[in-house]
Amino acid sequence: MHALEKILARHAEKDVVTTGEIIKAKVDLAEVNDLYLQTIYSFYEMGGKKVWDKNKLCFVFDHYAPAPTIKTAQIHKEMREFVQENNLTHHFDINTGVCHQVMHEAGLVYPGMILVATDSHTTTHGAFGAFGTGVGATDMATIMISGELWFRVPEIVEIKINGKPEPGVMAKDVILHILGKLGADACVYKAIEFCGTYIDDLDVAERMVICNMAVEMGAKTAYMVPNQKILDYIRTRTNKEFEIYDTDEDFVYAENYVFDINNLSPQIAVPHSVDNVVSIDQLPEVRIDQAFIGACTGGRLEDIQAAAEILRGQKINPHTRLIIIPASNEVLLNAIKFGFIEDLIKAGATLSTPGCGPCLGAHQGVIAEGENCVTASNRNFPGRMGSTGGSIYLASPATTAASALMGKLTDPRTFLKGENV
Amino acid sequence: MRKIKGNAFIFGHNIDTDQIIPGRYLELVNPKEIAAHCMEGADPTFANRVNSGDIIVAGKNFGCGSSREHAPIALVNAGVGAVIADSFARIFYRNAVNLGLPLLICKGIMEKVNEGDVLEINLKEGKVSNISTGKSFNGEQLSEYALEILGSGGIKPLFKKITAEM
Ligand code: SF4
Repeated sequence: MHALEKILARHAEKDVVTTGEIIKAKVDLAEVNDLYLQTIYSFYEMGGKKVWDKNKLCFVFDHYAPAPTIKTAQIHKEMREFVQENNLTHHFDINTGVCHQVMHEAGLVYPGMILVATDSHTTTHGAFGAFGTGVGATDMATIMISGELWFRVPEIVEIKINGKPEPGVMAKDVILHILGKLGADACVYKAIEFCGTYIDDLDVAERMVICNMAVEMGAKTAYMVPNQKILDYIRTRTNKEFEIYDTDEDFVYAENYVFDINNLSPQIAVPHSVDNVVSIDQLPEVRIDQAFIGACTGGRLEDIQAAAEILRGQKINPHTRLIIIPASNEVLLNAIKFGFIEDLIKAGATLSTPGCGPCLGAHQGVIAEGENCVTASNRNFPGRMGSTGGSIYLASPATTAASALMGKLTDPRTFLKGENV
Repeated sequence: MRKIKGNAFIFGHNIDTDQIIPGRYLELVNPKEIAAHCMEGADPTFANRVNSGDIIVAGKNFGCGSSREHAPIALVNAGVGAVIADSFARIFYRNAVNLGLPLLICKGIMEKVNEGDVLEINLKEGKVSNISTGKSFNGEQLSEYALEILGSGGIKPLFKKITAEM
């Protein structure tokens, strides 16, 4: 069996599970974000009274943090009341950050667990060796009652990534490259294991970027064998006991792909789909009105650092705005401590409070019709970040910063000259 | 579990939720009104021709695209008895079973069935019989829990039963 199958089997109290089988598994952590007030309504509609375990359900207010409208303020209010009524141990209000950052910062994510959230990018937690997946409101309400969810045991695809990209080429470029090659429907309802020499040694933040965007290929979940960097990180956050499951040597993957990224150039997903990917050097000049560094894909300390290193002592182009939204308050505090925020603000950036920001077009820097936005976030379909008449270019934080500096899509390697990002 | 028997309607690969229920109908809330536009994006005559219990046969990745729960709502309320396909998009699959719409994965089913053939499905065994040709095929067997959800008419009725006993 694969490690993911062993995780499912253990949580279903079975010895063996097989592909295609539907099992009922216990959930270790369920997370509801502030788009999903509906889960509370469905919970009561189905006869729910108290949640199954007050330590295993958490709410994260990130999509509308802080509330931009009266309607969203009302959503927060009703959800807060539910949190209090059920006396939930973990609650992340508007002063924390994006769900896929604050949960592992709080020590709630560990190898071998099942984490279910009302958010498709829950695949992110595969970086920690967890089984993370997204569900809708009805499914989540049933977990809140029973602590269990039914799962179809997925086919598992192996994506091996070998090599080491040059400075200025980031994990975001690697996953965009793979998405461009395999397509947005390559792994529908399947699980992806990422492995290879690149992944073996990759640090925590970059592993999360790769797993985060696995869902853009349709994947149900993503998985990486936890490396030492991951284990060291988890140990600074929690004392919880956990088990790392091995994949049996005779396990046969549904599909295998191999990528060599030694000579990869920075990649851009051009409008209007995530798999519409080209190397930056193949693009004609693209004027940039707004650049965004943030979200659960590109708002970590390493991302803000990459931008600060390019923009330190510089001024961004006068016709371009650069919005910086750290993924969490902890990231923000560290970015202040290391001086990155000062570098960026002096370069002309606009800072907003941690949360999803304009990633889903709700607030804090949406774009107008006819505008071009380069972004370190993860989706570029029409209207995702504001007007359906705007154009979104997905790129790495380094490319995003270099583009803000020049006012047009720009290869960040020009500014690095061999320094490490 | 009730018997599923009806005429086959054949659709192709990658039938997305926009074809099952076009986006302009998402503001509708009444299930019957939603059902009146079922499959409109792929075949505008479908909603008028379908009879209760009829079966949709399709290829790969049925239900892909945006995750709207309106898609299975339209199919259930139009009277579709089941969907048989090579594969289903994940969130559609979950939504359909939760809403009580039986789905069966049966690879290559499109080549084994003609439009209008009478099909009968034994969900418990994961079997499809083509009454018109006399041939039968094995699909992927559904798990006991999926059968329990489907047998209860969906996850909400099932959970109401469970919470009432709690
Ligand atoms: S940052 Fe964007 S992709 Fe991530 S959870 Fe928020 S809205 Fe979704």
